Amino acid sequence: MATASEAPAAPSAGPGEPRHGLRIFLIWLPLALIADLLIVFVWGPHLPPGAMSTSARSQQVDFIVLGAMAAPVMLFVLTYFGYALIVWRHREGDDTDGPPIHGNTRIAATWIVTSSVIVLALAVYGTIELWLPAGAGAGEGNTPIWRPSGGAALQVQVIGQQWRWTYRYPQFGGFETTALVLPVGENIQFNVTSLDVIHSFWAYQLAVKADANPGINNVAYTKPLHTGAVQVRCAELCGLWHADMTTSGVVVSVAVFRAWASATETQLAALTRNLPPYALTYDANQIPQLGKAFTAPPPAGAGLSGAGGGYYGGQYPVQP
Amino acid sequence: MSLPARIVTLIVAFLAVVAGGVFVVAHYLLAGPPVEDFTAGHSAGLPVNITMQTDAVTTVASVGDHPTWVSYFIKSPQTGAWIHTTLFKVPADTRVNVTILGYDGSTPIRNQVWGQVTGTIGRVAFYSGKPVRTVNGWNGPYLIQHTFTIPGIGLNVPVEAGPGTCMTAPCTNNQHSTTTFSFITPSQGGVYRWQCFIPCGLSFLYGNGGPMQTIGYMAGNMTVES
Repeated sequence: MATASEAPAAPSAGPGEPRHGLRIFLIWLPLALIADLLIVFVWGPHLPPGAMSTSARSQQVDFIVLGAMAAPVMLFVLTYFGYALIVWRHREGDDTDGPPIHGNTRIAATWIVTSSVIVLALAVYGTIELWLPAGAGAGEGNTPIWRPSGGAALQVQVIGQQWRWTYRYPQFGGFETTALVLPVGENIQFNVTSLDVIHSFWAYQLAVKADANPGINNVAYTKPLHTGAVQVRCAELCGLWHADMTTSGVVVSVAVFRAWASATETQLAALTRNLPPYALTYDANQIPQLGKAFTAPPPAGAGLSGAGGGYYGGQYPVQP
Repeated sequence: MSLPARIVTLIVAFLAVVAGGVFVVAHYLLAGPPVEDFTAGHSAGLPVNITMQTDAVTTVASVGDHPTWVSYFIKSPQTGAWIHTTLFKVPADTRVNVTILGYDGSTPIRNQVWGQVTGTIGRVAFYSGKPVRTVNGWNGPYLIQHTFTIPGIGLNVPVEAGPGTCMTAPCTNNQHSTTTFSFITPSQGGVYRWQCFIPCGLSFLYGNGGPMQTIGYMAGNMTVES
């Protein structure tokens, strides 16, 4: 059994004790600098959702900022942890107690002030990042408070229905199509709504995500910066084929978009005449002959649920 | 209770639990409608002919046992019998000629965009031989009962309502509408879901229910075999 005289001296604040704080700082500083440089210049440009639109670029920058802020904090904790494991580890034969440290006002104050500055700075930054890119691609409700500058936006109405997205272009006669085509470099105003249940319109590469609620117009803005394909998904569990409620869109040049819109307006003229007038929301109660149009009424009391049964009738509520 | 009796009781209880689990898996989780195979015996280059019918009722023993639910039926290519299913298999890159016999009444279409015929050969469908491309699902002159829609290949056909409402499925009388169209299957294999886009069964203003959400009734899969 080792004796007290064989044990190494316990750490103390004496003049012979190394400056642990400075050591930890000097180890942490280059690690933090390297991590932040990697995050900003190597990893950052590949972070989702890319930089295809103003909102996507904004979100990518947000991820870079959050990463660059969080990495030094995480590295400091890990550096301190590793330093303590190595320098202050238990040594063979050392059965003495540690120094009777009771608090350290300078360390506690530094930690609290640093944490507060980081959190408050991120709160201010986050607010600005919602404001400047006009909502950052998120649904802002029917009366958006953040709007893009630079003139009128192209209106695209997004209509969710179990289980497909369709799009109306009110500035081109109000035609409706399953194709999402957008011009590059123009502000886009998505007016998102639903005909039945709650869906969520998520145009991944554009970093636009807005809930689609029946009877509600949810506005989201973006401006495509590059041409290319866009994946559209539903981000709200909406029934049997929710997972298949996907489609692809495309961002093209302004000239190509104008040509496509004009050609589609002409091609779909017959269909557009059957559509209800363009509106921000559509009420299924306003559908003509909602109570069914029987070609031959079924027997009374048949209790049908099929197209022969009046399932919008009194025996069925407007919602389950 | 003696030790042998306790052991026997324990074994019986254990087996009962296992049997219950097997029953649940077999009866509920693995149960599903059959797949009608249109690839068996198919010669390359020849079209596939599929005949379906839509019924206001499902008065046959089937998955879920819902006699009042609206449903599709598919005529078996092997036996000619009407099978209660919405699952079928077709060869890749092949012309498919579809005939849908409508035995159901009509339903106002919720979104008129589904009144447009898309994805068929010639972008046309035929109601009793008359070509239609865009149907007004609210005001006629044609009344619609369902759609046959495969979103993955851009196929959408509004199905004409029948002249009557057949009350015994599968129906065999002549009181039906006839909707025909053709399309080309994708060149690559895969599973393509299809559905009716008119909320035509146990539906509410805020969402589909019942047969609209159940494989074998108003939703199914087309498996393309390459």
